[in-house]
Amino acid sequence: MMENGFSSPRNDAFPAGLRVLVVDDDPTWLKILEKMLKKCSYEVVIARWHSDIFFSCFCMFLVTTSGLARDALCLLREKKDGYDIVISDVNMPDMDGFKLLEHVGLEMDLPVIMMSVDGETRRVMKGVQHGACDYLLKPIRMKELRNIWQHVFRKRIHEVKDIESLEGFECIQMPRCGSDESDDGYLFTGEDLTVRKRKESENKYEDRDSGDPSSTKKARVVWSVDLHQKFVKAVNQIGFDKVGPKKILDLMNVPWLTRENVASHLQKYRLYLSRLQKENELKTSVGGTKHTDSSKDSAGGFGLQSSMNMHHNDVSNGSYGFSGGNSFVQNVNPKSLEKKGSVSVPITEPKRALTVDIPDPCKARSSQIGFDSSFTPLGSQVDFTAFGSTIPTQYSWCDVPEVQLKNQTKSTQLEDGFSQLPPSRSQHQIQADPIKPAASISSGSSAGDGDIKTKFSDSQYRSNHINHATPVGSSVDSLPVQSKNHIANPQAFDPLSTTAWNMKNQGFNLSCISDLESTQRNINCGIESSFASLDEDLKSRWLHGDYLAMNPGLQDIDFLEYYDPGPFAEAPLHLCDSLRYDYDNLCEPTEYSIIDQGLFIA
Amino acid sequence: MERNQLRRQLAVMRQSLFDQGFLDEQFIQLEELQDDANPNFVEEIVTLEKSPLDFNKLDSYMHHIGAKKVKAESTHFREYCKAGNAEGCLRTFQQLKKEYTTLKKKLEAYFQMARQAGPKEIAGRSK
Repeated sequence: MMENGFSSPRNDAFPAGLRVLVVDDDPTWLKILEKMLKKCSYEVVIARWHSDIFFSCFCMFLVTTSGLARDALCLLREKKDGYDIVISDVNMPDMDGFKLLEHVGLEMDLPVIMMSVDGETRRVMKGVQHGACDYLLKPIRMKELRNIWQHVFRKRIHEVKDIESLEGFECIQMPRCGSDESDDGYLFTGEDLTVRKRKESENKYEDRDSGDPSSTKKARVVWSVDLHQKFVKAVNQIGFDKVGPKKILDLMNVPWLTRENVASHLQKYRLYLSRLQKENELKTSVGGTKHTDSSKDSAGGFGLQSSMNMHHNDVSNGSYGFSGGNSFVQNVNPKSLEKKGSVSVPITEPKRALTVDIPDPCKARSSQIGFDSSFTPLGSQVDFTAFGSTIPTQYSWCDVPEVQLKNQTKSTQLEDGFSQLPPSRSQHQIQADPIKPAASISSGSSAGDGDIKTKFSDSQYRSNHINHATPVGSSVDSLPVQSKNHIANPQAFDPLSTTAWNMKNQGFNLSCISDLESTQRNINCGIESSFASLDEDLKSRWLHGDYLAMNPGLQDIDFLEYYDPGPFAEAPLHLCDSLRYDYDNLCEPTEYSIIDQGLFIA
Repeated sequence: MERNQLRRQLAVMRQSLFDQGFLDEQFIQLEELQDDANPNFVEEIVTLEKSPLDFNKLDSYMHHIGAKKVKAESTHFREYCKAGNAEGCLRTFQQLKKEYTTLKKKLEAYFQMARQAGPKEIAGRSK
């Protein structure tokens, strides 16, 4: 909702209208800067650094934000929405510009440019260490200011990348952050932007795919479960009101971790907590009942419920909470989960299934049967079909029935036109079981690798998936089943779902983001695969199809547009007739792949 | 015309400020910022703070307006201070004050003439 308000106006001429907050104590310079920025057609907000007024305001602002009160958070959001970038002087009375930098960077999550007459290397370094995205020497020239939009743009790109790369344990949090930002219009401000972003990330992945996964990934800190627990422990020990990256870092006592790592994580953690709060207030159905509730609600109610689940789950695994919710959410979570448990599987199957599985596992199963039956009817209903969420929901439920469930699902399939759903369930079940143990135990360590691997696995095709699945055991079987499901579902649902989703997309930026990532990966994989043999293509596409089918609603219009040219065109399988959307295309390939798979399996 | 003459004089004066090293390109930057919305932008900036008492302020201020000579003197002054050279400090401080006063006078004269020539005459900035 907010996105619309912000994004559309801002998108039109992106660098123009950039909202710049200038903080300085020098009136002369403020005046010059203001004029310069205006000449760059930025919007300028001048904050004269008055030791009393501005500082006290700022302190209040900081205090309230760290207090975690909802009002304070709203205030923060409002403030944060007010600017795109901050330019601050280093030398200001009463408060070190670096301190300000740290606060602004952490609390408001804005790019900060430091400026100073003093170009001493040590100071510049300090500024960069504190998170300055740039350090300009006074007097600043117009030509330097003209380019500051790049920092805003870069940040938006990084936001997308972050979500992609931090999946492991942080998946839960990340989506939220992403959603927050998307709400603010950061991520989705411009279509051009998003497209560019995707392209970038695609490129990135392609690069990675060609290289060694481990080496490509090393730079990024993966917040494994262990690491995160250490982090949370440290935060609790310090007290949430008083936490600072430095303190946490000291308490965590992890030698290779840097203050920046912690700072960025803390920032996300705060966003995540605030998000939780918000969502808790919003949630209609209680997540306590677990998946069943969530899944039902999700079909009708979208992401809210899913988010609720998230909360519950978050503490423990965080992964399954998503399953109940929209397909978006589910997809995201599953990825993360999968990554944790078994690296390769995540993209295709595990997504939905996994999410559900972990949380419910044993408990839900007994009741699963009952749920399944209930769900199937839902699935059959036209309304539900329209929503992408319905499908995922069902999937999530699938976890419940293990072997028995499979049988049930089959029967249900026969009854309903939605037979697809049941197969998926069976898949989920299978996967879920293996996943559970694996995920809970090893998730942390494997998470980082998992991301990469998943990508690679996609590119490598199903064979890899199968291999990856091996831990899952029955996963192979489940795969074909899923594909079937996907096929059926996408055809039936996709057209409807797409429209519906579009409507919803605004609300579900988070999910969209995650989807984007996933889709991107899929696409990448698909492209790669296309180069390979037809079979491989089919397989890979099948993966895509799965993914897409899984996501149905997830993919925004943008995505569709974006993807159309690429993988699909390449595919020899241009069978897709009626459906204009990519998914359709994907789906058809899926069918083919299914056949292949079936043969293969047989 | 008298006006044209004024303009020419103004341009010469301005050029001499650069030639003699009083001003640098930052001043041109300021001039370029001047537009219809702020026809007297340069003057507004330059006379914003008549005589800053704080050395740091003065220093940064001189940076803002592109007061080349004053900047150089203040840099010397700073270096002497850092080195703990009291004599050098005193000497450069006197020099700084002198340069500052000179510049102030020159600029005052320049802006006065600019006002007489009319707001657009500063367009002589086009070098």
